[in-house]
Amino acid sequence: MKAPRRRTVGFLLTGLLVTLLVAGVGSYYASSSPDGLEWSAEEEGFMDTARDSAVAGSPLADYGVAGIGDARLSGGLAGVTGVLVTLLLAGGLTLVVRRRSAGSQDAAAETPDRVPAGRD
Amino acid sequence: MHVPDGFLDPATSAATAAVAAAGIAVALRGARRELDERTAPMAGLTAAFVFAVQMMNFPVGAGTSGHLIGGALTAVLVGPWTAVLCMTVVLLVQAVVFADGGLTALGTNVTLMALVSVAVGYGVFRALAAVLPRTRIGALVAAGVGAFLSVPAAALVFVGLFGVGGVADVAIGTVALTMGGVHLLIGLGEAAITAAVLSAVLAVRPDLVRGARHLRRDVTLAPRPPAAAPVAVRDAA
Repeated sequence: MKAPRRRTVGFLLTGLLVTLLVAGVGSYYASSSPDGLEWSAEEEGFMDTARDSAVAGSPLADYGVAGIGDARLSGGLAGVTGVLVTLLLAGGLTLVVRRRSAGSQDAAAETPDRVPAGRD
Repeated sequence: MHVPDGFLDPATSAATAAVAAAGIAVALRGARRELDERTAPMAGLTAAFVFAVQMMNFPVGAGTSGHLIGGALTAVLVGPWTAVLCMTVVLLVQAVVFADGGLTALGTNVTLMALVSVAVGYGVFRALAAVLPRTRIGALVAAGVGAFLSVPAAALVFVGLFGVGGVADVAIGTVALTMGGVHLLIGLGEAAITAAVLSAVLAVRPDLVRGARHLRRDVTLAPRPPAAAPVAVRDAA
Protein backbone atom coordinates (compact mmCIF):
# COMPACT_ATOMS: atom_id res chain seq x y z
CA MET A 1 0.00 0.00 0.00
CA LYS A 2 2.89 2.34 0.73
CA ALA A 3 4.54 2.11 -2.66
CA PRO A 4 1.58 3.42 -4.72
CA ARG A 5 1.08 6.27 -2.25
CA ARG A 6 4.73 7.26 -2.53
CA ARG A 7 4.42 7.09 -6.31
CA THR A 8 1.37 9.36 -6.17
CA VAL A 9 3.23 11.91 -4.05
CA GLY A 10 6.06 11.75 -6.59
CA PHE A 11 3.63 12.31 -9.44
CA LEU A 12 1.99 15.26 -7.68
CA LEU A 13 5.36 16.88 -6.88
CA THR A 14 6.54 16.40 -10.46
CA GLY A 15 3.30 17.91 -11.72
CA LEU A 16 3.72 20.88 -9.38
CA LEU A 17 7.28 21.42 -10.59
CA VAL A 18 6.15 21.41 -14.23
CA THR A 19 3.31 23.79 -13.33
CA LEU A 20 5.68 26.21 -11.54
CA LEU A 21 8.08 26.12 -14.51
CA VAL A 22 5.28 26.89 -16.97
CA ALA A 23 3.98 29.82 -14.91
CA GLY A 24 7.34 31.05 -13.60
CA VAL A 25 9.54 30.67 -16.69
CA GLY A 26 7.52 29.62 -19.74
CA SER A 27 4.95 32.39 -19.46
CA TYR A 28 7.60 34.95 -20.42
CA TYR A 29 7.60 33.46 -23.92
CA ALA A 30 3.80 33.57 -24.34
CA SER A 31 2.30 35.56 -27.20
CA SER A 32 1.33 39.09 -26.16
CA SER A 33 -1.09 39.55 -29.04
CA PRO A 34 -4.72 40.25 -28.09
CA ASP A 35 -6.69 37.05 -27.41
CA GLY A 36 -9.59 35.84 -29.54
CA LEU A 37 -12.21 37.87 -27.69
CA GLU A 38 -10.15 41.11 -27.59
CA TRP A 39 -9.31 40.71 -31.26
CA SER A 40 -12.96 40.13 -32.17
CA ALA A 41 -14.01 43.13 -30.07
CA GLU A 42 -11.51 45.34 -31.90
CA GLU A 43 -12.58 43.98 -35.30
CA GLU A 44 -16.24 44.52 -34.53
CA GLY A 45 -15.69 47.87 -32.85
CA PHE A 46 -16.88 47.23 -29.31
CA MET A 47 -13.54 47.04 -27.49
CA ASP A 48 -14.09 50.59 -26.22
CA THR A 49 -17.03 49.42 -24.12
CA ALA A 50 -14.63 47.46 -21.89
CA ARG A 51 -14.03 49.07 -18.51
CA ASP A 52 -11.09 48.58 -16.20
CA SER A 53 -11.62 46.05 -13.46
CA ALA A 54 -12.05 47.51 -9.98
CA VAL A 55 -8.83 45.70 -9.04
CA ALA A 56 -6.89 46.92 -12.10
CA GLY A 57 -4.52 48.73 -9.72
CA SER A 58 -3.78 45.67 -7.60
CA PRO A 59 -0.10 44.77 -7.03
CA LEU A 60 -0.32 41.72 -9.30
CA ALA A 61 -2.62 43.16 -12.00
CA ASP A 62 -1.94 41.89 -15.53
CA TYR A 63 0.41 39.16 -14.30
CA GLY A 64 3.23 41.41 -13.12
CA VAL A 65 4.48 42.42 -9.69
CA ALA A 66 4.17 46.16 -9.13
CA GLY A 67 7.56 47.80 -8.64
CA ILE A 68 9.64 45.11 -10.34
CA GLY A 69 10.96 46.44 -13.63
CA ASP A 70 12.47 43.25 -15.02
CA ALA A 71 9.66 41.67 -17.08
CA ARG A 72 10.99 38.14 -16.73
CA LEU A 73 11.23 38.35 -12.93
CA SER A 74 8.00 40.30 -12.50
CA GLY A 75 5.92 37.94 -14.66
CA GLY A 76 7.59 34.86 -13.23
CA LEU A 77 6.90 35.87 -9.63
CA ALA A 78 3.30 36.72 -10.49
CA GLY A 79 2.88 33.34 -12.18
CA VAL A 80 4.35 31.40 -9.28
CA THR A 81 2.17 33.34 -6.83
CA GLY A 82 -0.93 32.57 -8.91
CA VAL A 83 -0.08 28.87 -9.05
CA LEU A 84 0.35 28.65 -5.28
CA VAL A 85 -2.83 30.64 -4.53
CA THR A 86 -4.82 28.50 -6.98
CA LEU A 87 -3.34 25.30 -5.56
CA LEU A 88 -4.22 26.27 -1.98
CA LEU A 89 -7.76 27.40 -2.82
CA ALA A 90 -8.65 24.53 -5.15
CA GLY A 91 -6.88 21.91 -3.03
CA GLY A 92 -8.52 23.27 0.12
CA LEU A 93 -11.97 23.42 -1.45
CA THR A 94 -11.78 19.88 -2.81
CA LEU A 95 -10.48 18.58 0.54
CA VAL A 96 -13.42 20.18 2.34
CA VAL A 97 -15.90 18.78 -0.19
CA ARG A 98 -14.23 15.37 0.10
CA ARG A 99 -14.39 15.26 3.90
CA ARG A 100 -18.11 15.82 3.92
CA SER A 101 -18.51 12.75 1.76
CA ALA A 102 -16.46 10.40 3.92
CA GLY A 103 -18.24 7.09 4.24
CA SER A 104 -20.09 7.18 0.94
CA GLN A 105 -16.98 6.80 -1.16
CA ASP A 106 -17.32 3.11 -1.89
CA ALA A 107 -20.86 3.46 -3.10
CA ALA A 108 -19.88 6.47 -5.18
CA ALA A 109 -17.01 4.61 -6.82
CA GLU A 110 -19.42 2.21 -8.48
CA THR A 111 -21.85 4.88 -9.65
CA PRO A 112 -21.43 5.88 -13.28
CA ASP A 113 -20.57 9.52 -13.86
CA ARG A 114 -23.38 11.88 -14.49
CA VAL A 115 -22.72 14.32 -17.29
CA PRO A 116 -23.68 17.96 -16.74
CA ALA A 117 -24.76 18.37 -20.36
CA GLY A 118 -26.81 15.21 -20.31
CA ARG A 119 -25.15 14.22 -23.58
CA ASP A 120 -23.87 10.91 -22.39
CA MET B 1 -11.76 34.52 -23.57
CA HIS B 2 -11.89 36.40 -20.28
CA VAL B 3 -14.76 38.86 -20.59
CA PRO B 4 -13.88 42.30 -19.15
CA ASP B 5 -16.29 44.53 -17.24
CA GLY B 6 -18.48 46.69 -19.46
CA PHE B 7 -19.15 44.42 -22.46
CA LEU B 8 -22.46 43.17 -21.03
CA ASP B 9 -25.11 45.26 -19.29
CA PRO B 10 -25.73 44.86 -15.54
CA ALA B 11 -28.91 42.81 -15.97
CA THR B 12 -27.19 40.24 -18.19
CA SER B 13 -24.17 40.12 -15.86
CA ALA B 14 -26.51 39.54 -12.91
CA ALA B 15 -28.30 36.77 -14.80
CA THR B 16 -25.05 34.97 -15.65
CA ALA B 17 -23.92 35.38 -12.04
CA ALA B 18 -27.10 33.59 -10.94
CA VAL B 19 -26.51 30.82 -13.48
CA ALA B 20 -22.90 30.50 -12.30
CA ALA B 21 -23.94 30.36 -8.64
CA ALA B 22 -26.52 27.66 -9.38
CA GLY B 23 -23.97 25.69 -11.38
CA ILE B 24 -21.40 25.88 -8.58
CA ALA B 25 -24.01 24.77 -6.03
CA VAL B 26 -24.87 21.72 -8.11
CA ALA B 27 -21.17 21.01 -8.71
CA LEU B 28 -20.44 21.15 -4.96
CA ARG B 29 -22.93 18.31 -4.49
CA GLY B 30 -21.78 16.35 -7.52
CA ALA B 31 -18.08 16.65 -6.68
CA ARG B 32 -18.61 14.74 -3.41
CA ARG B 33 -19.02 11.59 -5.45
CA GLU B 34 -15.84 12.27 -7.41
CA LEU B 35 -13.45 13.26 -4.65
CA ASP B 36 -11.60 11.03 -2.24
CA GLU B 37 -8.31 11.49 -0.44
CA ARG B 38 -6.34 10.57 -3.53
CA THR B 39 -8.25 12.66 -6.07
CA ALA B 40 -8.56 15.85 -3.99
CA PRO B 41 -4.81 16.71 -4.24
CA MET B 42 -5.00 15.80 -7.94
CA ALA B 43 -7.84 18.31 -8.34
CA GLY B 44 -5.80 21.04 -6.62
CA LEU B 45 -2.83 20.35 -8.87
CA THR B 46 -5.03 20.29 -11.98
CA ALA B 47 -6.45 23.72 -11.13
CA ALA B 48 -2.95 25.14 -10.56
CA PHE B 49 -1.79 23.58 -13.84
CA VAL B 50 -4.71 25.12 -15.75
CA PHE B 51 -3.87 28.51 -14.21
CA ALA B 52 -0.27 28.17 -15.39
CA VAL B 53 -1.09 26.97 -18.91
CA GLN B 54 -3.68 29.73 -19.31
CA MET B 55 -0.74 32.16 -19.09
CA MET B 56 0.77 30.54 -22.20
CA ASN B 57 -0.93 32.42 -25.00
CA PHE B 58 -0.08 30.86 -28.35
CA PRO B 59 -0.23 32.84 -31.62
CA VAL B 60 -3.28 32.24 -33.82
CA GLY B 61 -2.93 33.76 -37.28
CA ALA B 62 -2.05 37.41 -37.68
CA GLY B 63 -2.05 39.51 -34.56
CA THR B 64 -4.22 37.21 -32.47
CA SER B 65 -3.53 34.74 -29.71
CA GLY B 66 -5.38 32.17 -27.68
CA HIS B 67 -4.77 30.03 -24.64
CA LEU B 68 -6.06 26.80 -23.20
CA ILE B 69 -9.36 27.07 -21.37
CA GLY B 70 -8.94 23.63 -19.86
CA GLY B 71 -12.55 22.66 -19.15
CA ALA B 72 -12.39 19.42 -21.13
CA LEU B 73 -8.91 18.53 -19.86
CA THR B 74 -9.88 19.10 -16.23
CA ALA B 75 -13.15 17.17 -16.56
CA VAL B 76 -11.41 14.13 -18.07
CA LEU B 77 -8.70 14.24 -15.40
CA VAL B 78 -10.77 14.74 -12.24
CA GLY B 79 -14.44 14.45 -13.23
CA PRO B 80 -16.91 17.05 -14.54
CA TRP B 81 -18.30 18.34 -11.23
CA THR B 82 -14.86 18.74 -9.70
CA ALA B 83 -13.78 20.39 -12.94
CA VAL B 84 -16.46 23.06 -12.53
CA LEU B 85 -15.04 23.83 -9.07
CA CYS B 86 -11.42 23.84 -10.31
CA MET B 87 -12.22 26.14 -13.24
CA THR B 88 -14.19 28.47 -10.95
CA VAL B 89 -11.22 28.78 -8.58
CA VAL B 90 -8.89 29.56 -11.51
CA LEU B 91 -11.26 32.25 -12.82
CA LEU B 92 -11.75 33.71 -9.34
CA VAL B 93 -7.99 34.01 -8.74
CA GLN B 94 -7.47 35.53 -12.19
CA ALA B 95 -10.23 38.11 -11.72
CA VAL B 96 -9.50 39.09 -8.12
CA VAL B 97 -5.69 38.87 -7.94
CA PHE B 98 -4.61 39.51 -11.54
CA ALA B 99 -7.44 41.72 -12.88
CA ASP B 100 -7.84 39.24 -15.76
CA GLY B 101 -11.55 39.17 -16.55
CA GLY B 102 -13.88 41.68 -14.95
CA LEU B 103 -15.30 41.45 -11.43
CA THR B 104 -18.89 42.09 -12.53
CA ALA B 105 -18.14 39.74 -15.45
CA LEU B 106 -17.00 36.92 -13.15
CA GLY B 107 -20.38 35.18 -13.38
CA THR B 108 -20.22 35.42 -17.16
CA ASN B 109 -16.71 33.99 -17.23
CA VAL B 110 -17.65 31.15 -14.87
CA THR B 111 -20.69 30.41 -17.04
CA LEU B 112 -18.61 30.34 -20.24
CA MET B 113 -15.37 28.73 -19.10
CA ALA B 114 -16.45 26.60 -16.13
CA LEU B 115 -19.98 25.53 -17.07
CA VAL B 116 -20.20 25.61 -20.89
CA SER B 117 -16.67 24.45 -21.64
CA VAL B 118 -16.87 21.58 -19.11
CA ALA B 119 -20.38 20.55 -20.20
CA VAL B 120 -19.57 20.55 -23.92
CA GLY B 121 -16.02 19.24 -23.56
CA TYR B 122 -16.95 16.41 -21.21
CA GLY B 123 -20.28 15.67 -22.89
CA VAL B 124 -18.61 15.20 -26.27
CA PHE B 125 -15.81 13.19 -24.63
CA ARG B 126 -18.25 10.75 -23.03
CA ALA B 127 -20.36 10.45 -26.16
CA LEU B 128 -17.32 9.67 -28.32
CA ALA B 129 -15.66 7.44 -25.71
CA ALA B 130 -18.80 5.29 -25.77
CA VAL B 131 -18.47 4.55 -29.48
CA LEU B 132 -14.70 4.68 -30.03
CA PRO B 133 -12.41 1.74 -29.22
CA ARG B 134 -11.60 1.50 -25.51
CA THR B 135 -7.97 2.24 -26.12
CA ARG B 136 -5.67 5.05 -25.09
CA ILE B 137 -5.88 6.49 -28.62
CA GLY B 138 -9.67 6.32 -28.50
CA ALA B 139 -9.73 8.26 -25.22
CA LEU B 140 -7.30 10.87 -26.56
CA VAL B 141 -9.37 11.38 -29.73
CA ALA B 142 -12.56 11.72 -27.68
CA ALA B 143 -10.94 14.23 -25.32
CA GLY B 144 -9.34 16.15 -28.19
CA VAL B 145 -12.61 16.53 -30.09
CA GLY B 146 -14.41 17.51 -26.89
CA ALA B 147 -11.73 20.11 -26.13
CA PHE B 148 -11.86 21.43 -29.70
CA LEU B 149 -15.66 21.90 -29.70
CA SER B 150 -15.75 23.38 -26.19
CA VAL B 151 -13.95 26.54 -27.33
CA PRO B 152 -16.25 27.71 -30.18
CA ALA B 153 -19.21 26.59 -28.03
CA ALA B 154 -18.17 28.93 -25.21
CA ALA B 155 -17.45 31.69 -27.76
CA LEU B 156 -20.92 31.35 -29.29
CA VAL B 157 -22.60 31.39 -25.88
CA PHE B 158 -20.79 34.69 -25.29
CA VAL B 159 -22.13 35.94 -28.63
CA GLY B 160 -25.63 34.94 -27.52
CA LEU B 161 -25.18 36.87 -24.26
CA PHE B 162 -23.79 39.79 -26.23
CA GLY B 163 -26.86 39.70 -28.47
CA VAL B 164 -29.11 39.92 -25.40
CA GLY B 165 -27.14 42.32 -23.24
CA GLY B 166 -24.22 43.75 -25.19
CA VAL B 167 -23.65 47.43 -24.42
CA ALA B 168 -22.36 48.21 -27.92
CA ASP B 169 -24.78 48.36 -30.84
CA VAL B 170 -23.11 45.93 -33.22
CA ALA B 171 -24.60 43.52 -35.76
CA ILE B 172 -24.69 40.21 -33.92
CA GLY B 173 -24.24 38.08 -37.02
CA THR B 174 -20.80 39.47 -37.83
CA VAL B 175 -19.75 39.17 -34.16
CA ALA B 176 -20.76 35.50 -34.31
CA LEU B 177 -18.71 34.93 -37.47
CA THR B 178 -15.64 36.70 -36.10
CA MET B 179 -15.82 35.12 -32.64
CA GLY B 180 -16.72 31.69 -33.98
CA GLY B 181 -14.00 31.75 -36.62
CA VAL B 182 -11.10 32.77 -34.40
CA HIS B 183 -12.19 30.39 -31.64
CA LEU B 184 -12.31 27.46 -34.08
CA LEU B 185 -8.58 28.10 -34.57
CA ILE B 186 -7.97 28.47 -30.83
CA GLY B 187 -9.92 25.23 -30.38
CA LEU B 188 -7.26 23.41 -32.39
CA GLY B 189 -4.68 24.53 -29.82
CA GLU B 190 -7.04 23.49 -27.02
CA ALA B 191 -7.34 20.03 -28.57
CA ALA B 192 -3.58 19.67 -29.06
CA ILE B 193 -2.70 20.71 -25.50
CA THR B 194 -5.49 18.58 -24.00
CA ALA B 195 -4.39 15.48 -25.92
CA ALA B 196 -0.70 16.08 -25.15
CA VAL B 197 -1.24 16.49 -21.40
CA LEU B 198 -3.63 13.54 -21.17
CA SER B 199 -1.24 11.41 -23.18
CA ALA B 200 1.58 12.23 -20.75
CA VAL B 201 -0.50 11.45 -17.66
CA LEU B 202 -1.93 8.27 -19.20
CA ALA B 203 1.61 7.12 -19.95
CA VAL B 204 2.77 7.32 -16.32
CA ARG B 205 -0.36 7.14 -14.13
CA PRO B 206 -3.47 6.07 -16.09
CA ASP B 207 -5.14 5.27 -12.76
CA LEU B 208 -5.18 9.01 -11.92
CA VAL B 209 -7.23 9.88 -15.04
CA ARG B 210 -10.84 9.61 -13.98
CA GLY B 211 -12.14 9.72 -17.55
CA ALA B 212 -9.95 6.73 -18.48
CA ARG B 213 -11.51 4.33 -16.01
CA HIS B 214 -13.35 2.62 -18.85
CA LEU B 215 -9.91 1.70 -20.24
CA ARG B 216 -8.44 0.49 -16.96
CA ARG B 217 -11.41 -1.67 -16.06
CA ASP B 218 -10.65 -4.09 -18.91
CA VAL B 219 -7.09 -4.50 -17.71
CA THR B 220 -7.72 -4.86 -13.99
CA LEU B 221 -10.66 -7.22 -14.37
CA ALA B 222 -8.87 -9.53 -16.75
CA PRO B 223 -6.95 -11.59 -14.12
CA ARG B 224 -9.91 -11.91 -11.78
CA PRO B 225 -12.15 -14.69 -13.22
CA PRO B 226 -10.14 -17.58 -11.65
CA ALA B 227 -10.47 -16.01 -8.19
CA ALA B 228 -14.14 -15.22 -8.69
CA ALA B 229 -15.09 -18.68 -9.92
CA PRO B 230 -15.06 -20.46 -6.51
CA VAL B 231 -17.33 -17.74 -5.09
CA ALA B 232 -19.81 -18.31 -7.88
CA VAL B 233 -19.75 -22.05 -7.25
CA ARG B 234 -20.30 -21.55 -3.53
CA ASP B 235 -23.23 -19.22 -4.25
CA ALA B 236 -24.78 -21.76 -6.57
CA ALA B 237 -24.47 -24.46 -3.95
